[in-house]
Amino acid sequence: MSDTHAESVRYVRDTMLPEQPPPATEVGVLGWMRESLFSTWLNAILTVLSVLFIYYVLSGILPWVFQSVWYAGSLDECRQIMKETWGETHGHACWAVIRDRWLQLLYGFYPPYPAYPDANVGAPPAGWWLPAYFRPNLAFVLLIVALAPVLFDTVSRKLLVVTAAYPFLMPWLMWGGSLWVPVGVALGFVILFAVVKYGSVRLGSLAAIITGVAAMLVWWGVLLGPFAGVMDQILPIALPTVESREFGGFMLALLIGIVAIGLSLPIGIVLALGRRSDLLIIKSLCVGFIELIRGVPLITLLFVASVLLNYFMPPGTDFDIIMRVMIMVTVFASAYMAEVIRGGLAALPKGQYEGADSLGLDYWQAQRLVIMPQALKISIPGIVSTFIGVFKDTTLVSIIGLLDPIGLSQGIRANQEWNGIYWELFAFIALLFFIFCFGMSRYSMYLERKLQRENR
Amino acid sequence: MKKSVIFGALTVAGLSAGAAAAATLDDVKARGKLNCGVTTGLVGFAAPDASGEWQGFDVAVCRAVAAAVLGDKTAVEFVPTTGKTRFTALASGEVDMLARNTTWTLTRDVDLKNEFVGINYYDGQGFMIRKDLGVTSAKDLNGATVCIQTGTTTELNLADFFRANDMEYEPVPIETNAEAQQQYLAGACDVYTTDSSGLAATRATFENPKDHIILPEIISKEPLGPLVRHGDQQWGDIVRWTLNALIAAEEYGLTSANVEELAENGTDKPNVNRILGVEGNLGEMLGLESDWAVRAIAAGGNYGELFAKHIGEDTPVGLARGLNAQWKDGGLMYAPPFR
Repeated sequence: MSDTHAESVRYVRDTMLPEQPPPATEVGVLGWMRESLFSTWLNAILTVLSVLFIYYVLSGILPWVFQSVWYAGSLDECRQIMKETWGETHGHACWAVIRDRWLQLLYGFYPPYPAYPDANVGAPPAGWWLPAYFRPNLAFVLLIVALAPVLFDTVSRKLLVVTAAYPFLMPWLMWGGSLWVPVGVALGFVILFAVVKYGSVRLGSLAAIITGVAAMLVWWGVLLGPFAGVMDQILPIALPTVESREFGGFMLALLIGIVAIGLSLPIGIVLALGRRSDLLIIKSLCVGFIELIRGVPLITLLFVASVLLNYFMPPGTDFDIIMRVMIMVTVFASAYMAEVIRGGLAALPKGQYEGADSLGLDYWQAQRLVIMPQALKISIPGIVSTFIGVFKDTTLVSIIGLLDPIGLSQGIRANQEWNGIYWELFAFIALLFFIFCFGMSRYSMYLERKLQRENR
Repeated sequence: MKKSVIFGALTVAGLSAGAAAAATLDDVKARGKLNCGVTTGLVGFAAPDASGEWQGFDVAVCRAVAAAVLGDKTAVEFVPTTGKTRFTALASGEVDMLARNTTWTLTRDVDLKNEFVGINYYDGQGFMIRKDLGVTSAKDLNGATVCIQTGTTTELNLADFFRANDMEYEPVPIETNAEAQQQYLAGACDVYTTDSSGLAATRATFENPKDHIILPEIISKEPLGPLVRHGDQQWGDIVRWTLNALIAAEEYGLTSANVEELAENGTDKPNVNRILGVEGNLGEMLGLESDWAVRAIAAGGNYGELFAKHIGEDTPVGLARGLNAQWKDGGLMYAPPFR
């Protein structure tokens, strides 16, 4: 017998119905709207309210941004033009101030052609073929080149040479002076590396490290000056120097931010490992450092850098203010970084440590091959938000009189032409910071996706 | 034990600071540049222009000193200082002098070990208010909300004034002058109070300056002047007499236009000749060249010229001379005799 029950029902359809498109309210734009915006009465009301709110905000901001004045010499002129064009001055931006001062907001007082102090962007020196600000610009381009192989594994490994050279090249480009000073500083690291590598067989690893560090310090402290002097005689390569005082604008924020970000990660890793170490002295040193620095606001450290250190150092020692600030910000960021990474280390199951031990790896091998790759992966969101936080914190240096974008905005406002302008400057600065912070945040999400192993 | 170590370190630091301070003139000459502390930006007094050159009334004092000492008015390194870092910058030797609209008070002079060398602007705290509120005197401000910059002497003056007149007020604390402008215009406070030069400069930036008035009462004395650190009398003398030379030059009619010519030919007035270095050896006494004052005056002009150029009635700041007129015109500007 058939199991269609044809004899027990009155009618059985024996042909397939043709396929029909789903109802218009379930697919496409309409369906999506119904599903996500108007699924219930409450949601519908919320949707309408949100749309109204967005409209309200944009209707204020968009005309302000786009119905604006770009060409004017002063705020008064701006206002006159607004009156002539729109009949009122309210609700229109005066971007002319950005047009007038954007170079200053980006570079501070950095000389556009350091070899010719009197030349400015408007009047470049005769016979000068390099573009204005080529030194900071080149430093920035090289930064991208140096970062590329670290950030993306599709980029050629050969570029790591640039990455290794960058910490020595960048200060030389920015501050100028003899090339042999950064070369000499780099040679110090070469000495350290050589002693550790070839001395550890004969001396044992700890003694080799200590000897290497001592040799490096002796090289820097005693021999670096004569070395640079002699090399200058043989082959003088130097850039005109630029005083730290002339640094400013977004360039300064970027400089402090990059140094702090670049150094705080390795220092933070070392501190985090030190804090989890079994060696009492190392552990208490690390804990003390982290807790002391984290327990103090950054602004206090900056005041120490700008004010207190001046008192304690012999007068006449010109310990660069930007250098002092960079050290303080780095120290601050490192303490936070150490705690973020310690969180990652703590999150690793104990089996990973034991597994590494059972493979016969020594401490550093285990850290390098097993522990750190996983711990750092776990900590990525924390690390990146620390980076972003540090980068934004660089604006605090305006309080100690350094002319970062915020400090400069005050100086620009103190000119008679631009006194009274407010939002335009902050909007421009906010845009600059947003670009960089948003970039960092996007990159961290990319990295997290790339490193995801669990649910593939 | 610990205390003695700290005190020891402080003493060493203090002694060595004193040793460095003793020869500021030599330091400046060796360096070839004068390090001058200025504000990070105050309308009319100090601000960097579009090409990064510092301009302003306080800046002009630095330039005059550089011209007198080094013969080059551009040989100045301007160090922007904030209200919080200015005195330590001076005490630590980071700057050679401060020309940073700083009020001369006893504590700052004595306790902070500074030396005020003179006064280049007599200021005082005033009030600005919207005209349509109909207030014509600060005595009518009972119950007003007042925008006030925190951490300044103006805050204390305000409290004193209202208590002395048995009135009440509600403070709206703000951080910077720019913020104060926004708050005041947005109506967050009825009255804005700060130094009257600042009020004038602020009012000049408003769209409709005529809708706002500055009340006639001045409730404090704010003599602003350049200062140097304790311990180097010679350097203090140089800055003091450079400022005096600018003030005296206005009194005797020496301007940036005519001073060099007069110095060449001499005049028939002995006291003018002594300023010009034609007679006497005043420059030598200061440790400078004989034409020091000529160079200082030629750098930007005499006191009156500087005032007119940076903050005078023809500028947007639009300050009247008032107390800052020469003593002959009923003001307080009175340079001691050059002899």
